[in-house]
Amino acid sequence: MSNTPDVAPVEMVPVLDVRDVTKTFPGVIANEDITFALNQGEIHCLLGENGAGKSTLMNVVFGLYQPDSGSIRVRGEQVQFTGVNDAIAHGIGMVHQHFQLIPVFTVLENVILGDELSKHGLLDIKDARNRIRELEQQYGLNVDPDAMVGDLSVGQQQRVELIKALFRNADILILDEPTAVLTPGEVDDFFAVVRNLVDQGKSIVFITHKLREVLAVADRITVLRNGKLAGSADPKTATQQSLANLMVGRDVVFQVEKDEAEAGDALLSVEGLVVEDERGVRMVNGFSVDVHAGEIFGVAGVEGNGQRELVKAITGMLRSVGGKVVILGHDTTKWNPRQITELGVSHVPEDRNKHGLVGPYTVADNLVLNRYYKQPYSRRGVRQTTPVDEEAELLVEQFDIRTPGIHVPVETLSGGNQQKVIIARELTGDVKVLVVAQPTRGLDVGSIEFIHNQIIELRDRGVAVLLVSAELDEILSLSDRIGVLYRGQLAGIYEGADATREQLGLLMASGASPDADVVVA
Amino acid sequence: MSEQPNESSDPRRWIQRTWNLQPVLIPLYAILLAFIVGGILIALIGVNPFEAYWALVRGMFGSPERIAGSLARSVPFIGSALALAFAFRAGLFNIGAEGQLLIGGLTAAWVGTWAFMSDTPGIIAVPIVILAGFLGGAFWGGIPGVLRAKTGAHEVITTIMLNSIALFATRWLINSTDPKILRDTTASVPRTKEISPTARLPELVDSQPPLHWGLLLMVALCFVVAFILKRTTFGFETITVGTNPHAANYAGISVDRIIILAMLLAGGFAGIAAASEVAGTNFFFQPGTFAFIGFDGIAIALLARANPIAIIPAALLWGALLSGAPLMQQEADVSIDVVRVIQAMVLLFVAADAIVRWVFHVRSTSGSQMDAPTTGWSST
Repeated sequence: MSNTPDVAPVEMVPVLDVRDVTKTFPGVIANEDITFALNQGEIHCLLGENGAGKSTLMNVVFGLYQPDSGSIRVRGEQVQFTGVNDAIAHGIGMVHQHFQLIPVFTVLENVILGDELSKHGLLDIKDARNRIRELEQQYGLNVDPDAMVGDLSVGQQQRVELIKALFRNADILILDEPTAVLTPGEVDDFFAVVRNLVDQGKSIVFITHKLREVLAVADRITVLRNGKLAGSADPKTATQQSLANLMVGRDVVFQVEKDEAEAGDALLSVEGLVVEDERGVRMVNGFSVDVHAGEIFGVAGVEGNGQRELVKAITGMLRSVGGKVVILGHDTTKWNPRQITELGVSHVPEDRNKHGLVGPYTVADNLVLNRYYKQPYSRRGVRQTTPVDEEAELLVEQFDIRTPGIHVPVETLSGGNQQKVIIARELTGDVKVLVVAQPTRGLDVGSIEFIHNQIIELRDRGVAVLLVSAELDEILSLSDRIGVLYRGQLAGIYEGADATREQLGLLMASGASPDADVVVA
Repeated sequence: MSEQPNESSDPRRWIQRTWNLQPVLIPLYAILLAFIVGGILIALIGVNPFEAYWALVRGMFGSPERIAGSLARSVPFIGSALALAFAFRAGLFNIGAEGQLLIGGLTAAWVGTWAFMSDTPGIIAVPIVILAGFLGGAFWGGIPGVLRAKTGAHEVITTIMLNSIALFATRWLINSTDPKILRDTTASVPRTKEISPTARLPELVDSQPPLHWGLLLMVALCFVVAFILKRTTFGFETITVGTNPHAANYAGISVDRIIILAMLLAGGFAGIAAASEVAGTNFFFQPGTFAFIGFDGIAIALLARANPIAIIPAALLWGALLSGAPLMQQEADVSIDVVRVIQAMVLLFVAADAIVRWVFHVRSTSGSQMDAPTTGWSST
């Protein structure tokens, strides 16, 4: 930060000044009396759990929502945005968590879309290309303007989003969870880009819930909790622990406590598995692993390296084209999901809304989605509501699922509680093998802590756990052994205690590392 | 549904939960609005709409015979709407009730004319005819089910094609005189022979058309289907596939199996409706008698929001309107087609419920799955 608070010049006006903003939705106060100021040339991190109101606040600033009360000033001038175009006209740009790009258009076409320079009614491509080139040079954003966006990596697509905002002369940039989709290496590059932007006079609001990143990049930190201002922190003195406590409102145990693994027999064996996705692209290409009773085997890797297909093939949701899967001594390669579940395999799927839950169904029905057909939940083909309700009441209490009742549609719960419904369902009963994919994606610190402890508890009861996660911290804190999945193959295996972020990050990005135990070509 | 203790303590919440009018509000308002617009139309051609509607109402319910006639007219609509509704709940858009009725009616009539039937007591002969209709319809519904499950061919396309095949194939079977296939050459119009008197559904009221036991059969069928959907494991699986096939697959439900079974049953329901028409009204099969019943089933199922019980009043309204229209034409000189226009508008307003909400200031309910049929048919 260029200006230290000590010298705080009286005449310095924040470029963005949000005062006492309140925004309510039917039944929810998303923002309550929030005051937030962004100074010229700083990176101001907006930290908070999911649902804390970060995105709502920034959507208010960006003109997507109108606040119920409160005021917004841009460079001292009071503004009232009625839409995104007003915000853009005032030099505000936003990069959303989900990119708003058209994959079949080139970078240039995407950038000029909606802001086309034209001469005599025709697109002026040449001028636009020159401007993009200038912007790229100025801010160190290397992307070929004529490349097709669909062919670019996620990191490059993000740069296109930045160029889009800069092309519209934004000097206040709002970045909504920009690192969620990046690999550790890409995150470092991205931070360099962000620094460069600030050095050239841009001001940045950086929305995240990742503590490590906040400390690495922020000049100032504001924490939201339950729609209210929870406090602010100075990155020089703050620690991950202090920030987490501020975010959650209580002491958070960071390091998962667990005993040494007592690995037993291999309950899940995958041998040379080859899986193609729906389009026929080979996503898993000769993957082998043994997961033993009482151990957690973590599969790290950048998303899209075959994790999804690997999990689907093991759980019977996708038929593999080669290799085999042996679970508890049975060759289950050609079994269907029901048969595999009956063997004692539980599956926490990656996409909880698509696979894990039936949104309009009640919490109770979702809690028995893997056993609704069995006694006592069903007798002679007729569903029995009393046992289902009893089971649901029990699980809701046991797993601390926050819901107004067991008969409300599960889609009305928060993401964390929806995930708890899945966890409760999958982690109870006679589980012998547990396959978990991205179990804490998008969840708040409190829920993550809870779910991690549940997984550890299962491991300690002798369950073989295959954990697939894009979060390195999660892999590192839970796993007894770690494998890195790179282009559908196991690029290396580490003992959990020996692995470091750097080693794994390198292996995830390149597929090769000198110090991994096994390196598959 | 069991009440939560904290919810039942609030009397207003309890009333809302017990007498939840929200789901029927839109259809009721849609009907009202359609009649208002229809009334304006009638006024524009210079007829007093109140007189026309009064004639229509008397045509529908003016005498016991007319009431019976209205009920009788509704019977096949209940079955064809069930065929649609059941498939909707499995996420399938079964446009093929038209064809399933034809094939079900054909098999029912064909079996009903078998020689041994005349020596068989009604208690056995009638169920055989109904079963034959069910099997015929189920076969015709099962084809698109298998095609969808095994090849991914969309049921909308395949059922439309199968409707054409059924229509022209049955016409040929009935019309052909050389070779004579199923035509009764003694009859003045192309149709099958009459089914055995023992295979006929007993008449309840000698109205026009006659009211027979088919009504009770179809109403019972609605309750059976409601029970299947609401209480059985199979129904749970069916709705799961219809709501979220990905989650169904994840939960170990064979999506292919459910799709095939749902289409088989849906076709079977249409087949039962056709069989009851053959066995209760005409006593023979003639393709023309089923014209539009399958398509009207789409409308009725939509009006009933794919709820099997709600199909009963929706189909009764549908049949009654058609049954009452001739009197309106006679007395007020308003064409029967106006009733068709009103029916179409009811549907239009149910589908585009934003219009109804706007006119009557109805707030939208939060995330009800029963809204699905009006917009996307399945909410995936």
